[in-house]
Amino acid sequence: MTTYFLRRALGAVAVVLVLSAVVYVTFYVAPGDPARLACGPRCNTEQIRQVREQLSLDDPLLTQYWHFLQGVFTGQDYSTGTSVLHCDAPCFGLSYQNNQLVTDMLVDRLPATASLAVGAMAVWLAVGIGTGLLSALRRGGVTERALTWLTLAGTATPVFISGVALLMLFCVYLEWLPFPSYVPLTQDPEQWAWNMLLPWLALGLLESAKYARLTRSSLLETLAEDHIRTFRAYGVRERSLVARHALRGALAPVIALTAADFGSIFGGAMVTEVTFGLPGIGQLLVNATQKIDLPVVVAVVVITGTAVVIANIVADVLYAVADRRVALR
Amino acid sequence: MTAGTEPLVSVTDLSVAFPTGDGVVRAVDGLSFTLARGGALGIVGESGSGKSTAAYALLGLHRDTGAEVSGSVTVAGHDVLAAGDAELRALRGGVAAMVFQDPLSSLDPYQAIGDQIAEVYRTHRKDASRRAARERATEVLDRVGIPDAARRARSRPHEFSGGMRQRALIAMALACEPRLLVADEPTTALDVTVQAQILDLLRDLREETGTGLILVTHDLGVAAGTVDELLVMKDGRAVEHAPVRTVLDTPRETYTRDLLAAVPRLNVRRKVVAKRPVPSVEGAVEGSAEGAADTGVLLEAEGLTRTFGRGRKAVTAVEEVSLTVRAGETIGVVGESGSGKTTLGRMLVRLLEPTGGALRYRGRDIGGLKERELRAFRSELQMVFQDPVSSLNPRRSVGESIADPLRAAGRLGDAEIVARVRELLERVGLDPGAYHRYPHEFSGGQRQRVGIARALAPEPRLIVCDEPVSALDVTTQAQVVRLLGEIQRDLGVALVFIAHDLAVVRQVSDRLVVMKGGRIVEEGAADTLYERPGHPYTQGLLAAVPRLEKAEAAA
Repeated sequence: MTTYFLRRALGAVAVVLVLSAVVYVTFYVAPGDPARLACGPRCNTEQIRQVREQLSLDDPLLTQYWHFLQGVFTGQDYSTGTSVLHCDAPCFGLSYQNNQLVTDMLVDRLPATASLAVGAMAVWLAVGIGTGLLSALRRGGVTERALTWLTLAGTATPVFISGVALLMLFCVYLEWLPFPSYVPLTQDPEQWAWNMLLPWLALGLLESAKYARLTRSSLLETLAEDHIRTFRAYGVRERSLVARHALRGALAPVIALTAADFGSIFGGAMVTEVTFGLPGIGQLLVNATQKIDLPVVVAVVVITGTAVVIANIVADVLYAVADRRVALR
Repeated sequence: MTAGTEPLVSVTDLSVAFPTGDGVVRAVDGLSFTLARGGALGIVGESGSGKSTAAYALLGLHRDTGAEVSGSVTVAGHDVLAAGDAELRALRGGVAAMVFQDPLSSLDPYQAIGDQIAEVYRTHRKDASRRAARERATEVLDRVGIPDAARRARSRPHEFSGGMRQRALIAMALACEPRLLVADEPTTALDVTVQAQILDLLRDLREETGTGLILVTHDLGVAAGTVDELLVMKDGRAVEHAPVRTVLDTPRETYTRDLLAAVPRLNVRRKVVAKRPVPSVEGAVEGSAEGAADTGVLLEAEGLTRTFGRGRKAVTAVEEVSLTVRAGETIGVVGESGSGKTTLGRMLVRLLEPTGGALRYRGRDIGGLKERELRAFRSELQMVFQDPVSSLNPRRSVGESIADPLRAAGRLGDAEIVARVRELLERVGLDPGAYHRYPHEFSGGQRQRVGIARALAPEPRLIVCDEPVSALDVTTQAQVVRLLGEIQRDLGVALVFIAHDLAVVRQVSDRLVVMKGGRIVEEGAADTLYERPGHPYTQGLLAAVPRLEKAEAAA
């Protein structure tokens, strides 16, 4: 067990290192000049040159990457001209754009994204698994066909359409909800929930379509297995068959997919965040990519990678708890 | 049931039809039979004869599956086809209980075995407490011979051996004291020794509880010693129904006689076929390919060992096995599951790398060769696998599968390969036009023929057959074994024939190797070994083979 977590932690570090290196190389070879973008449109060549020097953009790729790694593991000191700014490990450096500490920017953005991820996951698990179960148990009927159409429509509608539709319906037409503006959970839990409701629904419903289909096919597959036939031949009710014998096996792939999806929201939910004006990591990433703000992009990639790895470890543990044959090694 | 004369089971004009894409398949067609209380009936026939389908109808298991069922089925006074859902649920497990084939997949992998039995008990005894149900589970597990039942009841299926799982399934059937046990091929997935134990258990239970038994099997040998009456099925109909002795001694139908003839027997010697005299092994010169070829030694294993895993968890599957295969001979390798025979077979064709010892093919040590260096030997060493379903790619036509080793060898052009594949299909008794058909269009026996054709394709000198017939019914077994014998005689290929069934091995082998716990416990000429087994383990294996004569002895 201890060796398992040790091994997975080392694996996580390796994944994150590779990811960050790939981002560094990609941005190094990509066209565009971060210094010009950071300096602004009115800068002259000399000013841009100064900015380049300040950001160490002329250093070789390896040197830049080495500085980044040093920052992450030991921390870094930055001179801002008049004073020295100390950045503790893990330090992702300073944003090219505004000389802010990237770590601080991330910490500011994390709560909104985490709120979105947790709520959306609750929605897609409840709606997705519920719909999947219903359509598997009522297969061949009108219910199943209606649900199949609904889930297909759900998969086919991007968040920027469903999100706007939800906003129009609940905020403009029915006026049941105010236009969402993010309120931190720590500040006012009730307002937090009301404001997050629409983003949760938009992202959760989109994902739930996929989960409904997965749950349905997985459950039908499990229900066709020999051990289900055994209990059916012993007079066990269909309801107990599903609840006691089929569900556990059928939900295993759902757990695995949830882990991957949950992790990737930490960096990948930019459409939802932008649509609903959530000050989250996805929004930060969109801005940083446009401005070639390398330290921010690398930091977001690292956070996303870490989240995916952690979510997968949690999924592995759940697997092992659900199925005793699985050993954590 | 008050009427003492009323039969336990009465089936009249039962038909079961499955609508498929190309018309209706009539699996059972006008079947009628009765079973007296406490009686035992064996339903026998080849695969596809409808015997399992008929057995399923006794518990109404075709309901809601889309199958069309007609006729009438009465079990202990319950009209199965007309019964409401609640009555049917009460019947299933409470009055008539099914023992399924393949004990691994028939139990819930996630739950403790005791809990699964307790659940069945509580389904039928609504007022029973959880505690009482658990006690009942332990009681029946103990009855079927699970040692330390109270503790083992908490184990999950994967922690049980195949035989113990089958016992657990029988325990589940006993939980609610049913009047009828329906056992569908209960021993097909088991070793011959475990099979004998399970059959003994079924006999004892009948005597003790007076429950009726319907045993569905393709193996007349299994039915012979266990039931009183035999019902022989063919194409969904009963072709013969009489007391066991009558059927065995004076079979009326040709079909029944064929089934009887197909049962592998221990007392039938291998028909010796004319072949080249094989020089003795004494003169073998090690290290020289020429010298080895002269003495006819093809493959030589010396102290071959294979260990899986590392450190404390290491398991030695094969330990210090020495074996010589001469050109054109057949060696039978027998033993129970877990005796290391498959591991040995895989090492002989270098699908597995030995962790110790030497493996010489025509004088050259191939035990440690890398995959690239092995390629030269791949076409000469081939394998036929146990499961003809999973060992063929379902998405490739059988012709393509057979052509694969030829393409890999890279010696022939496309047209030649196609011609050779058609020739091979014909050689193994299939239609050469089957080139473009896919595995699912073939029966199990035909698929195994495809597997044999694929092994023959690169003209090997040695084929290792790993339980090539254990997934097939007896009639098909006999045909495939005969085919292997013919091929061996005509082409002079050496065969290593791995099986747990000694009777099957006897029909084909010159020499025999008996394995136990990864080691060879006895080896020798086949006839000597069968007639005068030296090792007690071999004697036990031989004694476990079901015999048709047993029925006569018992009756």
